[in-house]
Amino acid sequence: MLPKRELADFFRNKFPDSFLEVTDFRGMLTIHIRGRGVLEVLRTLKTDPRFAFNFLCDITAVDHLVQGGHARFSVVYHLLNQHGARRIVVHAWVDEENPKLDSVYSLWKTADWQEREVFDLYGLLFQGHPNLRRILNPDDFKFYPLRKDYPLQGRGERSDFPVVERSIGSKWPATQDFE
Amino acid sequence: MGVGPTGKGDWLTTRVDQLVNWARKNSLWPMPFGTACCGIELMSVLASRHDIARFGAEAIRFSPRQSDLLLVAGRISIKMMPVLTRIYEQMPEPKWIISMGACASSGGVFDTYSVIQGIDQFLPVDVYIPGCPPRPEAILDGLIKLQKVIERDSLRHYQSAETAT
Repeated sequence: MLPKRELADFFRNKFPDSFLEVTDFRGMLTIHIRGRGVLEVLRTLKTDPRFAFNFLCDITAVDHLVQGGHARFSVVYHLLNQHGARRIVVHAWVDEENPKLDSVYSLWKTADWQEREVFDLYGLLFQGHPNLRRILNPDDFKFYPLRKDYPLQGRGERSDFPVVERSIGSKWPATQDFE
Repeated sequence: MGVGPTGKGDWLTTRVDQLVNWARKNSLWPMPFGTACCGIELMSVLASRHDIARFGAEAIRFSPRQSDLLLVAGRISIKMMPVLTRIYEQMPEPKWIISMGACASSGGVFDTYSVIQGIDQFLPVDVYIPGCPPRPEAILDGLIKLQKVIERDSLRHYQSAETAT
């Protein structure tokens, strides 16, 4: 594993189009890249013996609508090297207008459901994913609820169901004191 | 209900309504719909310490077609609500619903887009049990309340639309 400065130089030279920066927070190195280069960067991190991050712990995303950043969304990849117990984080930044980036399903099969979850909650499209459909919300759900411009209490989905009445005969007075 | 007279032959006089209600209220077969911690508390009610069998409701059925009490225990998400409605519709008449706990009754602390803010918006709930989760004693109290609801019922209420006129 390279220290921060050399890590930044390595990725700047290897991926000049997509590299943004490397940050270090309390020893947690984070590589920031543009979304279109994510597949190649992660392939390097997986296959290059200097990194050998063989395990994809998690994929999640952040909506930077309020605090700002390189773009509106960043997809966060947590990688683990199981032999050296080393970790690294990759932020892949994508715009709101074109929220597309390559699926890493070809590198780690576990990306299947994790990318579906990010798609379900943020509406980011993973190109090349074998089965990109909603995983948590109902299939006919229309919005992407973890986006910051989606209201916490929804847009009426939770009160939009048919009302089942009591069956025809069994209507006793609704308000009775049963004490 | 009147019992008597003493001597030869035992018989009793009653009304059909009372006899039927007495049978119904003491042999409720619950369909537990446990989706959260209320479901765990419900298991404790079923077990020996609190023993819901004392009230005749120990025959837990996981098939809605064999049950007459829907016990909704836990938060209901927007994805689960159509399932719950379908289960209720599959239950044969007569049927009752107990909404157990804050989440099923009002959404509880989960005031978010994905949680139903009270199943009574869409289903005819008979008894609400407050608590987060309710104590087993509260659940038994809710069951007794429901038995009192059933006592007030009448077969005349179950006539079909044609004969009721």
